Amino acid sequence: MTPVKCYPPRPEKVYFFGTCLIDLFYPEAGLDGIRLLEREGIEVLFPQDQTCCGQPAHTSGYHDEARAVAAAQLDLFPEPWPIIVPSGSCGGMMRTHYPKLFAGSALEKKASEVSGRIYELTEFLVHVCHLRLEDRGQPEKVAMHTSCSARREMGLAETGPSLLAQLGQVELVEQDRAAECCGFGGTFAVRHPEISAAMVEDKTLAIEAAGAERFVTTDCGCMMNIDGRFAHQKKAVKGEHIASYLWRRTS
Amino acid sequence: MNAQNQIDQAHPVQTYSPREFHRQAHDALGNPQIRGNFRKAMDGLMTKRRDSFEGWDVETLRELGANIRMRALAKLPDLLEQLEANCQANGIRVHWAEDGEEACRIIREICQSHDAKLVIKGKSMVSEEMHLNAHLEEAGIEALESDLGEYLVQLNEQTPSHIIMPAIHLNTDEISEIMHDKTGTERTRDVDYMTAAARQQLRERFMAADVGVSGVNFAVAETGTLCLVENEGNGRMTTTVPPVHIAVTGIEKVVEHLRDVPPLYALLTRSATGQQVTTYFNMISSPRKEGEHDGPKEVHLVLVDSGRSRIYQDDELLDTLRCIRCGACMNHCPVYTRVGGHTYGTTYPGPIGSILSPHMMGLEETKDLPTASSLCGACGEVCPVKIPIPDLLVRLRREAVGEGRGNVAGAGVKRTRTEAAAWKGFQWMATHPGVWRSGTAVVGKLRALTPGKLGAWTDYRTAPKPAGKTLHAMIKQHQVDKSRLDKSDKEPR
Repeated sequence: MTPVKCYPPRPEKVYFFGTCLIDLFYPEAGLDGIRLLEREGIEVLFPQDQTCCGQPAHTSGYHDEARAVAAAQLDLFPEPWPIIVPSGSCGGMMRTHYPKLFAGSALEKKASEVSGRIYELTEFLVHVCHLRLEDRGQPEKVAMHTSCSARREMGLAETGPSLLAQLGQVELVEQDRAAECCGFGGTFAVRHPEISAAMVEDKTLAIEAAGAERFVTTDCGCMMNIDGRFAHQKKAVKGEHIASYLWRRTS
Repeated sequence: MNAQNQIDQAHPVQTYSPREFHRQAHDALGNPQIRGNFRKAMDGLMTKRRDSFEGWDVETLRELGANIRMRALAKLPDLLEQLEANCQANGIRVHWAEDGEEACRIIREICQSHDAKLVIKGKSMVSEEMHLNAHLEEAGIEALESDLGEYLVQLNEQTPSHIIMPAIHLNTDEISEIMHDKTGTERTRDVDYMTAAARQQLRERFMAADVGVSGVNFAVAETGTLCLVENEGNGRMTTTVPPVHIAVTGIEKVVEHLRDVPPLYALLTRSATGQQVTTYFNMISSPRKEGEHDGPKEVHLVLVDSGRSRIYQDDELLDTLRCIRCGACMNHCPVYTRVGGHTYGTTYPGPIGSILSPHMMGLEETKDLPTASSLCGACGEVCPVKIPIPDLLVRLRREAVGEGRGNVAGAGVKRTRTEAAAWKGFQWMATHPGVWRSGTAVVGKLRALTPGKLGAWTDYRTAPKPAGKTLHAMIKQHQVDKSRLDKSDKEPR
């Protein structure tokens, strides 16, 4: 875990790293993250040459490939502005693993410099923007699923719930074993599908038992997994990325 | 179906292998008894651990624990020599074993030199690791487990499913049935009755045992003291009643100072069972001395390497050896909780097993274990000596696909041409932004054609559908919209 100890003042500009899952499957969540930042008066730059942080190859053990992909991202953020990532998993990869991935290489210094500017979106909204929200939505019971990477790798168990707590009409319910993994784990869900299925089954049951009408998450991997399970069972509970949820209820 | 049949079906006497991880996981997941037993037990253990650290600065204590273990490992060769010298000065005979086989031979020879027929054993995972019981039985020496859980597992002809609670996979009814079947006790749900019966059975054997074999939790180099943590008193009986005591341990269990023990002990008991202290804490520093009325006449220490010095050569993998065998990583592991200990097919199951077993058995045998984790980090978060377990799992995945340092047996065994090509393809796409943008845009346009079936994923979940437009494309539109908005703001109305 490498949580940031000291946050900078609010910058004029930030970079946005959208992540490949959002790019392909949930672009609206990325755009809503950008909208939230822009509403705070921050100019958001989205380098068009961004692709993927390299994490899938990294956790699969293919580090040469992961390093090449990561190296291609390092060039995209030349100015010293913060880099906002709407995912604890990709954020954790870039903040925690980039320096280790490039240790001893010519890119070591650059990787460390870039990783020091990585912020997960809710972290940045809470600790740097000091975001204040005014809820315009209907009353709703919501469960928060903080991804394991946001919670443990980035030390951000509180930022998501603290933003939701600002929404006056939202009742935040806590599911049993809220801190337990949903079973996604990237390629884990593919390599060990049955174990992953048992885990997501328990997660959906817990969210449902808590009386949530919706669950909100910081990570689209978890969302794809949990929401896919709910949809498979034709359950009414729907998932939403926290950026979209916050934007939708406050705009 | 009678109860005995039910048990036979639930726990057939069978051997487990890490090669069969997937099949064993499938069986365990489909077994409500196993699922229920583990979930209940692990939930209880997690709660107990949390409560027992209440009011403690657990992060500082873990930091201290990690530092004590790292310091011991940094000086390991010297500390082992010091331990040997101080044990010998105390009258403890020290033996070195390169591998489990040699350790078994040493222990058997000590037993044979005393014409031993019955060996009583305290709990020792190292002895499980080297299959000591089977080795002694072959030589005509009975080896009887005296830890209650180990005793039950032995009666049931099984192996431990947890390193601290070997019979955690069994519930009260199953235990009652096993004891009834193997020892003739009444079928009952009365735990006190069963415990008393087992105690009675074991007590008689303690008196008759020729040799006691125990493990070691901490071996203190500066004093030549062997520390043994336990709850049942069987450890004390094992190490004091028979005329000969043999302690067997991995070489990594050494600590430098006596003062290193209290913090590690505080971490161990809380992390393992959520106890402030255990019922017994034994410090063994010599055989029976002149004029003393009890204690063994001979004490031996067998120090086993079994691949540990190979782990020691690698500055990353070295962290594996910090382990104090508390089992907290398995108690908190969402995978272990669901598949149970036997599924792993190794002496050490769960996260610690997945980073330790490949060194002992090679990656060919254990290649599915490092991937049997979602890398959720729960293990690393609770480890009392801060072993970076998720990082080590990834390191072993690297070794398995041949992109590590190549110093784990069986390195590269999991690399397939197809998978390697797939990651090379991913690399090419992700390092050619133009290709990435047009490729992902095409996927979005063809979303209607994307498969609704995605292998095992869609057995349990619906398939994710690519969005019509990528974020890359939406941003461009967003920027156009915004500049229009900015202009209209500035233009006089």
